[in-house]
Amino acid sequence: MSAKKHGKELSLKFYREMSKVRAFDEKASELFTQARMSGNIHTCIGQEASNVGACQGLRPTDFITATHRGHGQCIAKGGDVKLMFAELFGKETGYCHGKGGSMHIANVGLGILGANGIVGAGIPIAGGSALASKIKGTDEVTLSFFGDAASNQGTFHETMNMAAAWHLPMIFMCENNKYGVSVCIDRVTNTEDIADRAKGYNIAGVVVDGNDVFAVYDAVQAAAERARKGEGPTLIESKTYRWHGHYEGDPMVYRTKEEINEWKAKDCIARLRQDILANHFATEEELDKIQGEVKAEIEAAVKFAEESPFPEAAEVTTDVYVTDNERSVTR
Amino acid sequence: MRKITYGKAISEAMHEEMVRDENVFILGEDMGIMGSVFGLTKGFRDEFGENRVIDTPISESGFIGMSVGAAIRGMRPVAELMYVDFTSVCFDPIINQAAKMRYMTGGQVKVPMVIRAPEGAGRRNAGQHSQSLESLFTHIPGLKVVAPATPYDAKGLLKAAIRDDDPIMFIEHKLLYAGKGEVPEEEYIIPLGKADVKRAGKDVTIIAYSRQVTFALQAAKELADEGIDAEVIDLRTLVPLDWETIEASIKKTHRVVIVQEAPKRCGYAGEISAQIMEGAFDELDAPVKRVAGLNVIPPFSPALEDLIYPNPKDIVTGVKEILGK
Ligand SMILES: Cc1ncc(C[n+]2csc(CCOP(=O)(O)OP(=O)(O)O)c2C)c(N)n1
Repeated sequence: MSAKKHGKELSLKFYREMSKVRAFDEKASELFTQARMSGNIHTCIGQEASNVGACQGLRPTDFITATHRGHGQCIAKGGDVKLMFAELFGKETGYCHGKGGSMHIANVGLGILGANGIVGAGIPIAGGSALASKIKGTDEVTLSFFGDAASNQGTFHETMNMAAAWHLPMIFMCENNKYGVSVCIDRVTNTEDIADRAKGYNIAGVVVDGNDVFAVYDAVQAAAERARKGEGPTLIESKTYRWHGHYEGDPMVYRTKEEINEWKAKDCIARLRQDILANHFATEEELDKIQGEVKAEIEAAVKFAEESPFPEAAEVTTDVYVTDNERSVTR
Repeated sequence: MRKITYGKAISEAMHEEMVRDENVFILGEDMGIMGSVFGLTKGFRDEFGENRVIDTPISESGFIGMSVGAAIRGMRPVAELMYVDFTSVCFDPIINQAAKMRYMTGGQVKVPMVIRAPEGAGRRNAGQHSQSLESLFTHIPGLKVVAPATPYDAKGLLKAAIRDDDPIMFIEHKLLYAGKGEVPEEEYIIPLGKADVKRAGKDVTIIAYSRQVTFALQAAKELADEGIDAEVIDLRTLVPLDWETIEASIKKTHRVVIVQEAPKRCGYAGEISAQIMEGAFDELDAPVKRVAGLNVIPPFSPALEDLIYPNPKDIVTGVKEILGK
């Protein structure tokens, strides 16, 4: 932990952001359990340091591709929790007018090129964004979030090869939470660290403690700097853990209470809080106040979402195409 | 007779075939400890071991390709794709390899594999988890395509599929898994390529498959109340297609409505319709009617999703339209 090195302002900013991500997904989980929301959600509780450290290590003008477990990734990149909840409720006011739902939040203005329901599919999309930056000669970086299991998709290897060969300004951000649904990564891969795969492509590969927001932040900043200088991509493996099941309602027969508790003891938010207190950047009361403000923001967002209208029936046929929508959809 | 769910029927079919033939093995994501995401293979790993109940990484292109390789070596893989939507990432092994191996080797090999894949909308899972893609596979020579609607059919057809020597897309509907129906304790097989007349009638033929069969039967009931006697044919197998059953029905009713959940454009209903035009035009008293999904992407919002696929009312309306009522 290095709150000291990063100073008060950044430490408190991270604390607020991480608390917001946690509060968002705790609320989403609660709403889902109460059947107040439909569909299916994947919460990222436990992974907040990884989401926030990564996005804060980028500039607002940089891009990300998010995953099916992407609420935290989107919030950390600047997503408005009101519009996100509205999307989770399938409302007209949501980021995608209710057409995408939890797994597909996107806002290009914020640099969120889309969350994805297909494991590994965001990786080449991020690669393409980095390629666009290279062709245009701009200095943006694109970071692709993906899970440990996604690193076993061909898209990971194919994109890494091209990104390495062409020195694309890209960051491969693997959030290794140990599981792909029920399957522990060590049952389906033969290496200890996914970051080792970077060697095969002759790019930098780094393992970071994914529950240490500063470690993630430093790694992403360094990778972004390399990328902007034309030194090519970096594979960062952030070792972390999701507290909840793969999806809400997952019976979780595949892991023990002890394992979950062991990781809960390494809670990234509690850890940052201790660090902030130890450095006298804030008092307990001040940190509680941040928590309270964040929770109020989430409650207001849910209220906004619940009170928002559903899309009109006519919306069902819009946006299938940009042009000729009417002819192409109805014929 | 006992009643079990569609999911349980599929589970029993796999179990019985694994006991019967040691070359049958299953593979896919979360098949082991989890017993697959829909819980269909619970307990299988304890019984059959890790060599025959394989948890794969999230590497569909790899493990479907490996199924092809194992099949040509004499094994009988039954691979599960968590959702049919994910065939997108393993199209090559399905379309260029599994489907074509036998033909391009001049009959030297056979590819006895089954890919089980749930499809269908209605669960608020948005565009990448709600599609019905069967017509993509019916278009590819070399693949057989099965889409059962009832627990009884699911069990008997899956057993036939596992014993069949060709590669088979076995398409299940997510919203049918929990539905119960009569399934005998005794072993039975339903041959591929044999449609089932789920309701006999004389005024109109409704052709359907998968979940739409249940909607067609509901529609037929409603129509009966209004004095219209509909025959409901459940195709069960899309390839091979049971033309004889279709033709016999048309000779009786002279009017056809074909129902599918998938988008209308280039759907399988279009193919059946064209075959009827070519093979039974003289029997028709009205043009063939398709009742199908909208040509849109499944939306997430509950306010929109239910608008995209046909419901019993749409089928009733379609039938009345061709009857001029
Ligand atoms: C191509 C594809 N295969 C399977 C799935 C089903 N699925 C969704 S998430 C997931 C596990 C992903 O694990 P990981 O990449 O480690 O991310 P995590 O869920 O741990 O964040 C699976 C198998 C999918 N969405 N897409």
